[in-house]
Amino acid sequence: MIIGIPRALLYHKYKHLWKSFFNELGIDYIVSPDTNKEILRKGSAYSIDESCLSSKIYLGHVEWLLDKCDYILIPRFSDYSRNGTVCPKFLAIYDLVANTFRDRSINLLSYSINPKVTHVEMAAFLKLGKILDKKKSQSLYAYLKAKQAEKRAHLLEITEQERLLHESKLKILVIAHRYNIWDKYIGEPILNILREQGTVPIIGDIAPQKETLANYTQISETLPWVFNRELVGSIPIYKDLVDGIILMSAFPCGPDSLVNEILIRRVKDKPILNLMIDGQEGNTGMETRLESFIDIIRFKKDECHGRN
Amino acid sequence: MEEIKASYPQLGNYCTPLELLFTEGFDVKYIVPPPITKKTLALGSRYSPDYVCAPFKYHLGNFIETIEAGANTLVQTGGVCRLQYYGELHEQILQDLGYRVHFVNMSKVQDTNPLTFYNGLKEINPQMSLQKIGRILPVVLKMFEYIDEAENFIRKNIGFESSKGAFEKVHAAFLGDLRTVRNKKELKSTYRDYMKLFKGIEINKPTDPLKVGIVGEYYTIMEPFSNHYLEKELARMGIVVDRWMNVTNTLIHYPKKQIQKQIKDYAEYPWVATSMATIDRALEFARKGYDGIIHVKSFGCTPEIDAMPILQNISKDYKIPILYFTFDTQTSETGVNTRLEAFYDMIIMRKETKK
Repeated sequence: MIIGIPRALLYHKYKHLWKSFFNELGIDYIVSPDTNKEILRKGSAYSIDESCLSSKIYLGHVEWLLDKCDYILIPRFSDYSRNGTVCPKFLAIYDLVANTFRDRSINLLSYSINPKVTHVEMAAFLKLGKILDKKKSQSLYAYLKAKQAEKRAHLLEITEQERLLHESKLKILVIAHRYNIWDKYIGEPILNILREQGTVPIIGDIAPQKETLANYTQISETLPWVFNRELVGSIPIYKDLVDGIILMSAFPCGPDSLVNEILIRRVKDKPILNLMIDGQEGNTGMETRLESFIDIIRFKKDECHGRN
Repeated sequence: MEEIKASYPQLGNYCTPLELLFTEGFDVKYIVPPPITKKTLALGSRYSPDYVCAPFKYHLGNFIETIEAGANTLVQTGGVCRLQYYGELHEQILQDLGYRVHFVNMSKVQDTNPLTFYNGLKEINPQMSLQKIGRILPVVLKMFEYIDEAENFIRKNIGFESSKGAFEKVHAAFLGDLRTVRNKKELKSTYRDYMKLFKGIEINKPTDPLKVGIVGEYYTIMEPFSNHYLEKELARMGIVVDRWMNVTNTLIHYPKKQIQKQIKDYAEYPWVATSMATIDRALEFARKGYDGIIHVKSFGCTPEIDAMPILQNISKDYKIPILYFTFDTQTSETGVNTRLEAFYDMIIMRKETKK
């Protein structure tokens, strides 16, 4: 049996957990390739026009996996309890996929996280193990091992980012959902341009969750969504260490439509660029915008130094 | 201290029970929000982020209009979608525009215990008494229900009235008289009297009229300006219009478990906001053999966008046409009417071939 994992949305958050869990249990899996033009084209064709770009990409990855595996892993998240809620997309994605590909004999493998009815992560993974015909003890061991792998990976990310924060180059804080900024087709080009321009991108989403969740209320009190809380909470942590902030969103992200406006109105002491990605334009337009943003930051910085 | 003059943005005709709640329950003056017009939308769009959903813009525009009408205290509710975060940004934008008003954001006390919630409510008027609210709340809730019942009846019959404007006239008088109601007894007799009047209006309804069910997102479906008076347009074409979505069926008696059970074939997990009700009603209209379904939403409404693949499957499974409308601030009147007329031609042709 082969499990297919779409390389989109929460893959970018849970890849270590999923891969090591399946590895430990000796279950074969394939991950769809990096997002490319064709995946986005297919995903868009299967999507309702107005869906967000991230969701279109997701459907493209699911489509790619359709005839290449026995099951496609599509977890479902209702919320993260006290840590916050999620965009309605994550509650609907399982049924959305099932209905979109109904006529293409799709088999879905799912686990549900719903803290309100004690569907916590560990219980969900034990259940997942059961569906995969594994003993409870085996699944528990695999889950705990996978959790360790996940933790190690996060620590590595944090250490690497710490190192980058000490570089003397211009540093730009990138506030973007993990599934957008780590996407090779819509996120990586931005990071590459920033690096080519001689700046160091600092990724807001890498900041330790505990700290971000303790910090977001400094900027916004009633922010409901956990992923946005983490991003907003990274701003007080990194703000004084960076020279500018980029808000990168996938068109037309619901939560970001409000959160970005709050940030622009409340974070006053750093230059902010609001960058909306719709997957349509080539990189040229974006390159120009990023370049001029960096020019402005450089100019301001020089001006300050000149005065001192 | 300055007199408290509070308000909440316009939604359909619900300002009448809200007025009762604010005046008799919260013990404050209520500013009836000006009706939603082009000006509301223009104001709201000017100061809102571009790609936020249209209800946010309508609310913002209407907040500004109510301030200009004298309100000094604005209330925003919580919610389960973006609505939950409306309040904080509305408050920020109004503040940046220089409006000095007291903004009560009920999102701050969402999902808390009743006592914290009440304390949040007290922000509207620190002197409010639980006793007064307790006395008037049942009347308020019943008023919501009666308004909904009357409007359900109107929707199903207004397209067939013999003398044009008859229903609207009685409807306006009904809403006007409701404003003087202060207890359940008065409410009941007003409702009974007017239902008699509604039922007495002469109609000329064929035995098997065209029936169209409307489903969709909370605000756009309930605020007629925001959907280009879609229901009126359908009635004008001589169609029975059925809509389940209203305050009674969602905020007062929401049959969540029942809905989940009914839509099991299409949705395994519960969803948020109005999407489950959308799916459930579409299924119900399809099963009952309605001639068509119209889905309305504001641009970018994620829960409703995600319901669309399911609606498409329901449409295939039950062979029922569904027309999808997305409303934003740029939607053109002609575009809506053209699509509506084409839809009408299609369902009437289908009906005739069935015969």
